[in-house]
Amino acid sequence: MHFGPHLLLAALEGLVTSAVLALTALGLSLVFGVMRVVNVAHGEFFMLGAVLAWAISTAISGHPALGFLAALVIAPLIVGAIALVAERLVLRRLNYNPEATIVATIGMLYIIQQLALTFYGPEARPVEPPFSYRILLPWFGYSGYKLSIIAASALLLIVTWLVLTRTRIGLIMRATQYDSETAQAFGIPVDRVYGGVFALGAMLAAIAAVLIVPISQAHYLMGQDPLLLSFIVVIIGGLGSLRGTVVAAVLIGLSDGIISMFFSPTLAKIIATLLVAMVLVFRPQGLFGTASR
Amino acid sequence: MNEASPARAYALHLGVIALLFALSFVLPEYYHGLLARIMVLAVFAMGYNMLFGYVGLLSLGHAMFFGAGLYGAGLAIIQLGWGVPLAFLGGVACGALLALVIGLLALRTTGVAFMIVTMMFAQVFYLLILYFAAWTGGDQGQVVPQPARVLNFGATSLDLTNPTVRYMTALVLFSLVLLVMLAIVRSRYGRVLVAIRENEERTKMLGYDTFSNKLMAVVVSGTICAASGAAYALLFGYVGSSFASVQYSILPLLWVLLGGAATTLGPLIGTVFMYYVIDVTSGYTSAYLLIVGIALILLVLFFPKGILGSIRQRWLGWLP
Repeated sequence: MHFGPHLLLAALEGLVTSAVLALTALGLSLVFGVMRVVNVAHGEFFMLGAVLAWAISTAISGHPALGFLAALVIAPLIVGAIALVAERLVLRRLNYNPEATIVATIGMLYIIQQLALTFYGPEARPVEPPFSYRILLPWFGYSGYKLSIIAASALLLIVTWLVLTRTRIGLIMRATQYDSETAQAFGIPVDRVYGGVFALGAMLAAIAAVLIVPISQAHYLMGQDPLLLSFIVVIIGGLGSLRGTVVAAVLIGLSDGIISMFFSPTLAKIIATLLVAMVLVFRPQGLFGTASR
Repeated sequence: MNEASPARAYALHLGVIALLFALSFVLPEYYHGLLARIMVLAVFAMGYNMLFGYVGLLSLGHAMFFGAGLYGAGLAIIQLGWGVPLAFLGGVACGALLALVIGLLALRTTGVAFMIVTMMFAQVFYLLILYFAAWTGGDQGQVVPQPARVLNFGATSLDLTNPTVRYMTALVLFSLVLLVMLAIVRSRYGRVLVAIRENEERTKMLGYDTFSNKLMAVVVSGTICAASGAAYALLFGYVGSSFASVQYSILPLLWVLLGGAATTLGPLIGTVFMYYVIDVTSGYTSAYLLIVGIALILLVLFFPKGILGSIRQRWLGWLP
């Protein structure tokens, strides 16, 4: 294959990564933006989504699309419910203190990971894609399912954006993010908003995982990389900014895809992590964010 | 907490050291080895406590300082053929230098950003170990050969692989660091650090240079952690990348939280207690990370001051 098509393939793979990453990072960003909570267990909600998708799709017989669609609906709901329970039982009692919640979510990370290992096992298991149509390009064939991931993610991002900017729920969320005390004074049930946002964040990660699992397999340690990459995206995009998150996800996904295809993936991760740490040190508001209040 | 006569505090610490010394002769073999390991790791926890407990800076990347000491000492022996004392000092120097650089960068941030930045630098350190697998042995790690772990003083030689020598070396390192910590805490400098933790703006207004005080604390903390890592490599003879992973940044946090942040003996108590819990539960389940997770959540929910912190608050106000 020549350099051009090779680059195109790398870019396509990078876009698929970006699509999934944007959804996962958006969940992390919402939770941080509204609640000021750094959710270290976010990657584990992603992993739970994938593992549940495997469980649901193997439980339902018939056409693979049937099981997949069921997983796409049920898995995020279960993950959201788990997140809601965790929020009510732990984070709320900590009064959302930033340092205490970080320690508590680290605890959740270990608990979820270990339970997944105990009940799901150490194997990586595939989920059958809902359809296996290949799009033939002049140079190579490309999985139609992968392209549909990009479309599905874009759709979900637009829906989230519309909800945040055009609906009453979105208004309440933004008011809480801007100034939770004043919001409370105006009769907004801040406490319930927090619970909802935490569940929503986890659900976005779970949806991303269900989308990716037909091409990457479910494994109990699969939450680590998305967590780190989401942190990177959220920091570069500016904490709590939806537009920045999407731009950064595309940037990181594309460069990760291209760098890993031509260089070592470990080197790609080293460079990305170091760059982001430097961004955080020298430009804490992110590349696209505005200065924090 | 500093009004009480220093004699009582020093007596308590010397008593603990004497108790550890005495235990060496009565413990069965398995616990003897375990306690040597715990003392080395408690040094790691004390280094962590220096920054987390007294300055209030929560780092999620201290595994890199432990790793710097571990690899600094281990690779100096394996790759360069250095002797034991020189390798130990080399490991400690690596940690001190790394801490200085990381401190200069990471202290520009505060709060949540500080945690994430330290975590990311530690991740870079971990990935670098994997990337340079040709020298470091990658995720397989490397064994420090037994003949290289012998100290020669003229005619006599000390074999660090001998259990008694290993225990006593660990005890010497532990006692040294414990007394240094006690001295720091009781000094003017220690009080400035606590003042920074309680109210950085006010401390600044009183004329203290908070940045250089914090930088000093990062370097001391990193150096102590590196000493622990270097001792671990020399005493237990294994150098592996898992010691630089995120998990080893979380563990000292857990030990310190459990024992009591900002107490000199808390790190030891936390480490002992956690190992004891894991030891007991390993009879029932192999899922020790589950225990770590549950312990972390229960601690921040119900016991934010830890074992010794609660004791100090209730009964013994003079505990340092």
